[in-house]
Amino acid sequence: MTGEQIFFLLVGLVTLGAALMVVTSRDLVHAALWLVATLFGVAVIYTLLNAGFIAVVQVVVYIGAIAILFIFAVMLTRRTLRDTGASVNKNWWAGAVVAVATFAGLTFLLQSWSGFSKTAAVIPSGFDAISQLGDALTSPAGYVLPFEVASVLLLAALVGAVYLAFNKK
Amino acid sequence: MNFWNDPLKVAADWLTGIFTSWGMNAVFAHVLVAFLGVLILITILMVIDVFLVWIERKVVARFQDRLGPNRVGPFGLIQPFADIIKLLIKEDTTPDGADKVVYNIAPLLSMMSVLILWAVVPLAPVMIGVDLNAGVLFIIAAGAIGTLSIIMAGWSSNNKFSVIGAFRQVAVMVSFEIPMLAMLLIPTIFSGSMGMNAIIQSQNIWFVFLSPLAALIFLIAAIAELGRAPFDLAEGESELVSGYNIEYSGMKFGMFYAGELLHAFTYGGFWAILFFGGYRFFGLEKVSPFLAIAIIVIKALVGYWVIMWVKYTMMRIRIDQMLAFNWKFLTPVAFVLVMVTALMNALLSGADSWLYVTGMILSNVIVAWVSLEIVRSVSKKEREKVEGLKPVVEAHH
Repeated sequence: MTGEQIFFLLVGLVTLGAALMVVTSRDLVHAALWLVATLFGVAVIYTLLNAGFIAVVQVVVYIGAIAILFIFAVMLTRRTLRDTGASVNKNWWAGAVVAVATFAGLTFLLQSWSGFSKTAAVIPSGFDAISQLGDALTSPAGYVLPFEVASVLLLAALVGAVYLAFNKK
Repeated sequence: MNFWNDPLKVAADWLTGIFTSWGMNAVFAHVLVAFLGVLILITILMVIDVFLVWIERKVVARFQDRLGPNRVGPFGLIQPFADIIKLLIKEDTTPDGADKVVYNIAPLLSMMSVLILWAVVPLAPVMIGVDLNAGVLFIIAAGAIGTLSIIMAGWSSNNKFSVIGAFRQVAVMVSFEIPMLAMLLIPTIFSGSMGMNAIIQSQNIWFVFLSPLAALIFLIAAIAELGRAPFDLAEGESELVSGYNIEYSGMKFGMFYAGELLHAFTYGGFWAILFFGGYRFFGLEKVSPFLAIAIIVIKALVGYWVIMWVKYTMMRIRIDQMLAFNWKFLTPVAFVLVMVTALMNALLSGADSWLYVTGMILSNVIVAWVSLEIVRSVSKKEREKVEGLKPVVEAHH
């Protein structure tokens, strides 16, 4: 096992453990903080995949904006920050079955993919991943249509939020 | 390649050679050397931080027509060490009902969010932690961790004032992040790269001459991110006692305080890197990397001085005014400026450099003038709404 694999396994375990803590933690702010740890673990995995840009964006968007908003919402809407009652209901085993089945299904599907057992190609020095990504997102031959559709969707969500919060005089 | 041209690489190779001659695994030796490098950088930064306390106190004293620390050592230079000893031997208190783990992690995260920024700071052409191709975005990502540390500190202290302070500070940081991000795109447009070294290398003309408005907006957003006056209402000692760090004592408070000072110095450095040519100064950086370090440190100190100058001259403004200022003025101006700059860059990409510079400055002036005119007319209407109709008009009826 190479050092990278050991590191990947460690990060994966920490991420999974933090994710488990998100759903089992009694304290909602603690759950949000564990969520931050989970998202950070995902960012580290992106870094291990040589996707530094995506990793940084992950931290900016998910930790810098979304997790902070979660914490804000929890703090502003709940009187007590402790959850009451059981943390799982009686359908927990069904949820577990669905989760395991999803994982097994994905693994099964990916096994028929040729790239599954390949080792990653070595990235040549001077390879600029960001400009490749930028070209792919904006060239008509690439993904400009999905990119624009996603942008319009986000803009619509933004306008909708402003409309809902707007105080009519 | 000798020591004076690339000191870090020579030192690292020498150390790696020693470690491998001891029979250490090559990969492990590499990691160990990198770790030692980080340790040395952080140690130097913390020592600089000690003197930043002294600089800050001396400068504020000058602004307020006082002498500042002048008892311990020459010019009061030993004063920060006395302060550190005081902080270390103070009682370490934890408030009742505090969330102990979160409470103790918060100051660490606060300091970490500052130190981590230095991973992408190019000290010299050959001296940079990682020349990340998303270096510019890294600033915002590190800021996200700082935001998190503040909300953790405020919430875990179990104190109303600290929660209010944290709310204010986080509201400011989250919203001023947006014009800052937009302004980080302007050097990216000019240089065609997000890497710090590439941005510096392409500044044959300092970017502040291409886009003075961007430099100004970046400075304003940076001051807001730092939570310094006029944006220091998270501290607001007249209303909130001390803000999010109210319950912290001893060195835990010291971490927040030292983190803030180092943060200000670091943003001074980023201002220099993005708009004032970083380590470049009329080719002096090519003479020796040590000279390049001296140049960037002096530039960062000048930036830091400007931040202090603003802090000790301006009054604190109200939170609603500040958020309105950001969302209704700074953010739209920043976005318009990014679009105009991108358009001008595309139009003038083949032009002579004097035409390029003139076009860029003109577009900046026009954006600034138009936005100020819009603000003036809107504020005039607001004022009329509050004050009612003008008395001259009423007199005629």
